[in-house]
Amino acid sequence: MVISLFLLALAAPVAGEVIHQERSLYRDITVEQNGPRRCLIFNVHRGDRNQTCIDLNEPERLVFSYTRMSFAGLLLTPEPESILVAGLGGGSIPMTFGDLFPDALIDVVEIDPAVVSVAREFFLFEESANMHVHVNDARVFIKRAVLEGRKYDYIMLDAFTGDYIPEHLLTREFLDEVKQILNPDGVLVANTFSTSRLYDHESVTYQRVWNEFYNFKLPTSGNRIIITRDGALPPRGELVGAAQRLAESMEKYSIPLLEYPARMSTRVDWDMSRRVLTDQYSPGNLLRD
Amino acid sequence: MKGGSSSPLPRPVVASVAFVSGFCIMTVEMLGARIMAPYFGGSVSVWGSIITVFMLALAVGYLLGGRLSMRNPNALVFASFYVSAALFSLPIILFADAIMRPIFLAVEDARYGSLLASIVMFSVPTTLLGMISPYSVRLLVESQEHSGQMAGLLFFVSTIGSAAGTLGTSFYFVLWFEVNRILWGAVTALLIAAAIILLAGYMRGSLSLRVSSHET
Repeated sequence: MVISLFLLALAAPVAGEVIHQERSLYRDITVEQNGPRRCLIFNVHRGDRNQTCIDLNEPERLVFSYTRMSFAGLLLTPEPESILVAGLGGGSIPMTFGDLFPDALIDVVEIDPAVVSVAREFFLFEESANMHVHVNDARVFIKRAVLEGRKYDYIMLDAFTGDYIPEHLLTREFLDEVKQILNPDGVLVANTFSTSRLYDHESVTYQRVWNEFYNFKLPTSGNRIIITRDGALPPRGELVGAAQRLAESMEKYSIPLLEYPARMSTRVDWDMSRRVLTDQYSPGNLLRD
Repeated sequence: MKGGSSSPLPRPVVASVAFVSGFCIMTVEMLGARIMAPYFGGSVSVWGSIITVFMLALAVGYLLGGRLSMRNPNALVFASFYVSAALFSLPIILFADAIMRPIFLAVEDARYGSLLASIVMFSVPTTLLGMISPYSVRLLVESQEHSGQMAGLLFFVSTIGSAAGTLGTSFYFVLWFEVNRILWGAVTALLIAAAIILLAGYMRGSLSLRVSSHET
């Protein structure tokens, strides 16, 4: 078994040229260049997952569907003044926020210092007077934010790399803490799992904490984005109006905002009998297959 | 020292309860990371804290258990390790939040916070469980030439128990049960082990004999 995995790893085709490779405490990080496109790949041996890509000729353009989808929260909160992004990746989500809202305070939490330096060195990620990266566990960072009374208008949870799931970021207690640091008009956007039993468990847990949420899926992406806020969700007509107002400013980043409202659904399409994930019960990594 | 069957407990009994202690040590250790993640995160340093504290506590336990085994090794003292380990595991179940919250508030750095929380929650029960190993060796050793063999046998069963506890907890128990329920299971297992020790000691007659012979 081990030997066959090893052979598989050797045989795995790697497209493009590997320009950087390192093993951090949490994952194997590979940076690959293919023409103008540069990609950050976590755990390449496990099947070549692109975490983030940028196009060096048009660095503002968001290459991935899920990265673009992360901005659908703007339909609910169009002008966030404070933004929290949990999970840096290549940094394209916070960079886009910084570009869109230069006056907004942006906090980025990333557990892996190696990811931060790779984002800086290879993905044009830059901190600014308003944008700060905190090398910390998102749960710990958010718990401290609760204590200090810090709140955000836009919270983006993007801490799931697909390889190992941080189970303490899936629980009801965690979402309760997130809720406490969300401003009344703020929005929570979570990039989560679209397959496996975990989809059901996660949906049930979000429903428990937030009552309802938009389930946002696109055929071009394997990701499911959860979008919600404290209190009732706006009617879809309102989303369409917001999309029309914002669409133009999104063009630069290739975010097709106008297509989004029709894809955001509150319909229950999961097994509601699944157990809520809690700090006492959160076997996320065992539920993924 | 008497020869023959002077051992206060039958060998299968000592071996089985050694298995139970090995099992429970690793069950609690595996759950430790899960218990602390809400306060200190899931970073490598949290695992580092837990493993460090378990290693240190076991080391101290070995020393203390070995020392205690020199004075009249008997079933009653042996059972009391299990009972007290069970009792000192209760705060992990009942007061985990009350223990971790002030530490989280006082210590900004999650590394030292998790280290401190590990010490408070896990060091005492793990030390007590560590005392079992050398003491159980002493209970079975009847002659010098057998001492290595008995030590080998007991390390074998308790380490197999640890392997089983690790695998069972991380593969299955967390999928089936809540953390606290698994911990209650470990506490119950330790208490049952103590009951078995007392019963076996009583049946062998070593319990009353030993205690009374030394009280007179």
